[in-house]
Amino acid sequence: MNSIRGRLLAILIGTTLFVWIAAITWIYTSTQAEVERVLDARLTEAARMVNSLLADHRIPIRDDATSSKPAIRAATKVYERQLSCQIWSLDGTLVARSESAPGLPLTKAMEGFSEDIVDGETWRVFTIENPELGVRVMVGDTLRMRDRLVGDVVKGMVHSAAVAIPFLVGLIWLSVSHGLIPLSDLACALSRRSANELSPLPSAGIPKEIAPAVQAINELFGRVEAARERERSFTAFAAHELKTPLAGLKTQAQVALSSTDAAVHANALQQIVAGVDRTSRLVNQLLDMAALEASDVQPCSSDESLNHLVNSVVADLLSLASTRGIAIEVDSSKDDVRAKVEPQFFILALRNLLENALDHAKSVVRCQALDQGQWVRVVVEDDGPGILEPELERVTAKFVRGRNKSMTGSGLGLAIAKIAMARIDGKLTLHNREPTGLVAMLEIPRQAA
Amino acid sequence: MRILIVEDDPLLLDGLAIGLGLKGFTVDAVANCEDGRIAVRMHSYDCIVLDVMLPDGSGLDLLKELRAAKNCTPVLLLTARDQVPERIAGLDAGGDDYVGKPFDLDELAARLRALARRGAGRATAYLEWRGVVLDPAALRATKDGVSLKLTRREFAVLRALMERPTAIVSKAALEEALYGWQEEIESNAVEVHVHHLRAKLGQDFIKTVRGLGYRLAEEGA
Repeated sequence: MNSIRGRLLAILIGTTLFVWIAAITWIYTSTQAEVERVLDARLTEAARMVNSLLADHRIPIRDDATSSKPAIRAATKVYERQLSCQIWSLDGTLVARSESAPGLPLTKAMEGFSEDIVDGETWRVFTIENPELGVRVMVGDTLRMRDRLVGDVVKGMVHSAAVAIPFLVGLIWLSVSHGLIPLSDLACALSRRSANELSPLPSAGIPKEIAPAVQAINELFGRVEAARERERSFTAFAAHELKTPLAGLKTQAQVALSSTDAAVHANALQQIVAGVDRTSRLVNQLLDMAALEASDVQPCSSDESLNHLVNSVVADLLSLASTRGIAIEVDSSKDDVRAKVEPQFFILALRNLLENALDHAKSVVRCQALDQGQWVRVVVEDDGPGILEPELERVTAKFVRGRNKSMTGSGLGLAIAKIAMARIDGKLTLHNREPTGLVAMLEIPRQAA
Repeated sequence: MRILIVEDDPLLLDGLAIGLGLKGFTVDAVANCEDGRIAVRMHSYDCIVLDVMLPDGSGLDLLKELRAAKNCTPVLLLTARDQVPERIAGLDAGGDDYVGKPFDLDELAARLRALARRGAGRATAYLEWRGVVLDPAALRATKDGVSLKLTRREFAVLRALMERPTAIVSKAALEEALYGWQEEIESNAVEVHVHHLRAKLGQDFIKTVRGLGYRLAEEGA
């Protein structure tokens, strides 16, 4: 599983190990250099010391190499096993040597530092030539000894690391767990919630690293809650609005059932037919409204011919208009008016305006698309009673019906037109016309067009 | 029994007016608060059916106005908003009954009769006077157990008289009980109906009080 704790642990332990290994490597190389420097200095010093002892004649030089051994052994006892010393005469005979020194010359070099292999052992040797005494002093130690010295230092480091790293891992584990507490608290708080609980998470005392996440979650909760609230109120409204026509239908049906009078009977049945028509239109509009509220705003991409859209919507409504004896006049003498609109929303708005106009018109409905500089407008006019001035503001709200209402209206048409226009960045404006009737305009700003 | 219906939905208003008319009510129907206010001022009703959501305001406001003006006409609230808090608000505003949409026409009629009965302070659903029994629900009348054949208008006149047997009911009040606004009042209709009723119930059942109106004869008079 992908876990932050696991990742953090891997990263922290990995970097810790890397640092330790780097440190050990660095210490190894620097110790090696330091050991070389110090031991070389010791070789130099020891050689000089032997040389000066020889010069002061504290050590007698004899030709017999074997007999001189004890004297030197005493003088070089301090360096036993670590340092070896040989004193050669310049002509190549061994004058003296320390106990640990081999019989063969430690080096072929005449002077200074050199490395040579004697008896399979690599020696680091410092040589001083003393021409006055006619001797050459060689002091050397083995590289094996030097390596062991460095190895001991590194071994100490590795041992302490082996003990410290498990402790470190434990500490890292605890720290990571502790550091992740706010995150696990948040996860806990979220997983404890029921699906319906959408109250915002507490944002006080949240570390600033997860504050943006909490804020985003809270904003999402807010949006979901608002959408649900809209849905709830819409459902309540829809249920309410459907109950009244249902009550009307039922009452008319009961009238039809209980009456023996043919005229009453026929009237009731006619009312039922009209009522069903009205109710089905209401249902359609409710569905349109629900779709409108649920859909996301879509970018208006296509450049549409408004004349074409107007003609297609009008064509759909012609049969309805003719059954009501109302003429629809489309003024298409103007040039082709084009605008960037989402056709689905525009058609919805226009159809509802035209249906509304047909509901109220006495004899004629006029529709026309106009290109007017800043605005592209589609105007729908009827010759009905218009809307009372105080109601003009209110009628675009959902389920509001003016006093000059039709038999078939639902109080949703203008609301749908308004919301659909808002969806395409346009607007709906209403005003009464002289002498009577309503002018409804769908306006689309040129910038958006 | 004359009732006022205030309801803005034309389909329902038409159905109620005709349907309750068939159940023996005399119905006045209006579609908004303002018209309702005028109707209540002009006539006294036995009962009012009031929608809550009206185009020019809330039916509850109209109801509160009525009660503030000491009008005790029983009011039945008829609304799609039938959740408990809304019912409580409606009843507390002065409503006498609360019916949610959609409803049953027969039940609505029965509730209206019950409201009118309670409004008139009577205990039984039947009206009874000197062996004549009126069943307003079934629109049936009997005299000494024998069924009477009455027209709708005759029944309405008899009911108006039997609701307050000893009181004098004016000719205008009887006309009001008989006709809604939409109906043309025939000039001597009340006299004609009383004449027919006397023929069916006995000449002395209904007395004419000269210059004032009609009342039922007292027991043994």
